[in-house]
Formats: sequence, C-alpha cells, structure tokens
Amino acid sequence: MSDERTVEERAGGATIRVRLNGKERDIGAEHTVTTLLESLDLHPGLVVVELNREILARDSYADTPVREGDSLELVHFVGGG
Amino acid sequence: MSGATDTVERTRALDDPLVIADRTFRSRLIVGTGKYATNQVMVDAIRASGTEMVTVAVRRIDLDRTKEEGILFHLDPQEFFLLANTAGCYTAEDAVRYARLARAAGFNEWIKLEVIGDQTTLLPDVAATLEAARTLASEGFKVMAYTNDDLITALRLEDAGCVAVMPLASPIGSGLGVVNPYFIREIKRRLEVPVIVDAGVGTASDACITMEQGVDGVLMNTSLAAAEDPVRMAHAMRHAILAGRLAYLAGRMPSREIAVPSSPTSGMLD
Repeated sequence: MSDERTVEERAGGATIRVRLNGKERDIGAEHTVTTLLESLDLHPGLVVVELNREILARDSYADTPVREGDSLELVHFVGGG
Repeated sequence: MSGATDTVERTRALDDPLVIADRTFRSRLIVGTGKYATNQVMVDAIRASGTEMVTVAVRRIDLDRTKEEGILFHLDPQEFFLLANTAGCYTAEDAVRYARLARAAGFNEWIKLEVIGDQTTLLPDVAATLEAARTLASEGFKVMAYTNDDLITALRLEDAGCVAVMPLASPIGSGLGVVNPYFIREIKRRLEVPVIVDAGVGTASDACITMEQGVDGVLMNTSLAAAEDPVRMAHAMRHAILAGRLAYLAGRMPSREIAVPSSPTSGMLD
C-alpha cells in the first residue's frame, strides 16, 4: 500500500539543512530528489541535477534520498550566445 | 511565398549544405539566444534568421522566482538544434563541468566550448580551451571551439578532435566586424573541419564580408539582440550570409586602382 502522506508529514516536522544552488535551506527530512523538485514546482525533464558535484541520472531521481549536508545544483538552459 | 523567401530558397541550390560532424544544416548562420528584450522577439528573430542551430547557456535555476523561466519554455527543441555553450567559464575544469551538465539535459552531445581568459576583452584562454577540448572530445562530445584568430591554436584544436573551430571576428559583443580577414582566410585554408566565425559581427555588411573570406558559417548573438529591430536585422543577416557565401563561391573580380570602362570605347559618334 502506498504511503500517501506528504514528505513533511512522514518526516514528522523534522528538517535537514542542505545547500541548494549556493544557498543554505532547511527542507523536510524525507525528500528524494524527485519530491524535492516537485516541492519546488520544477519539471524533472527540464532540470539537470548535480548532487555533491556528481551529475545525477534522471532515472535515479526517485531513488536518491536528499541527506543532511548535501549540496545540490539545479540547472537549466537559459538564453546565451 | 514572399519574394525574400523565394530568393533564399532559389539561391540555396547554388551552394552545398553545411556539414558539421554527422549533421547537415541548410543555413550557414548559427544564432545565440541571449539578451533579447523579450522572449517573443527572440523567437521571431531566430525564425527570421533562417537558422537551424541556436546556442543556449547553462545556469542555476533561480529558485526565488515563482515561475520557472528556462529558455525551453519559449523555444521548441524540436524546431532548432540546441548547441549548449560553456560561456562564463574561466577554467578548463569549469568548462568541462558545464559541458557535462549540458549533455545531461538529454538533447545532444554537442558543445560550444568557450573558456574566457580576460574579463575586459572576453578573449579566449587558448591553453585552457585546448585542455578542455581534449577532455571533452575524449568523452565523446562534439566540440565546437570558440578561439581567437590564431592559426596555430586553430590547428591544435582540430588535432584535439573538435568538429568545428570558431575563431572570433572581433571581441564578443563588440560589433567591430572582421578585424583580421587575412588570419580568418588562413585558418580556413589550413583546416579540414568547418570554420565558423563566432563573435564580433555588428551588422549585415560584417556578416557578408566574413562569409566572403570563405568560411563555412557565422555565429552571432548581440548583432541581432541589440539591434533596434532584431527581427528586421535577422532578415538582413540571413541575406547577408547568403550573399557573402555566393560571392565567395562566385569568385570576385580582381580589384585594381585604375578605371576600366564597361561600355565599348568604339562606335562613338563623331
């Protein structure tokens, strides 16, 4: 049976501190990369994720937990020459 | 069909397509997507230019904005071949990092390699560019390397496995046109991979003169984005590229500093 509680509910209010695009942020303790992107209203197909300086393959977003102290870079394409 | 489009279509038969690595392009113009006043102007200008390949940059998503504003919300990657760049990188390591991120976006393995060496002139760091080019080529990237107008660097970049070498006409965003046509010609004469002049074109005559040097194409951004009317300038550039290319293929008359009449000197009245 699937757990339909939100990440925050599962975490019971517990948070972890991560570095997200260069800024410290407190997020729910139970996030995977997929749920983190969802919580930021980002479309996974248009985002590239670097986790602790390693590029993360899209098919592993759902299985990759976000842990205390992780450094994430979320990048995309913008206008440029 | 408009007269202008008709001209473009008909003159295409007089030239071969541009082939870079395993891809064929009917347009010899590559266009950047930065600095346009609005996204709509950008898209309209890109369409007017007739280009098939557009450059994009890799940047952090601004998480403080309420809505995501990546360029792919405005530009259809099915309509244009995306050439991601490493603009803004000052070391080989950073350029390789940005290139890998760009490839992970999942569109293609092409990269416009750019490693800047100086903030004032934005001239390339050619040693770092070469180092990054070797690394990226060995990882299977199709590298199109932005470089200065130095022949030896261009030859080394070709040896490094770049699929195209892209010397500047003049500094990025300067609009000064081709400052050294001789070196551009010499690079084109000596390289086997396509030579695309990247940066420095200011207006249509610059694009035309650049193509008259015999190069395979031109990459431009600011000359469109910073024109008072980018869409009209894009039309102008499309024709200028074509005009310069055909003039090169046609072979110009010798220039000489004496007048030679074009009408018969005989048969004049008494």
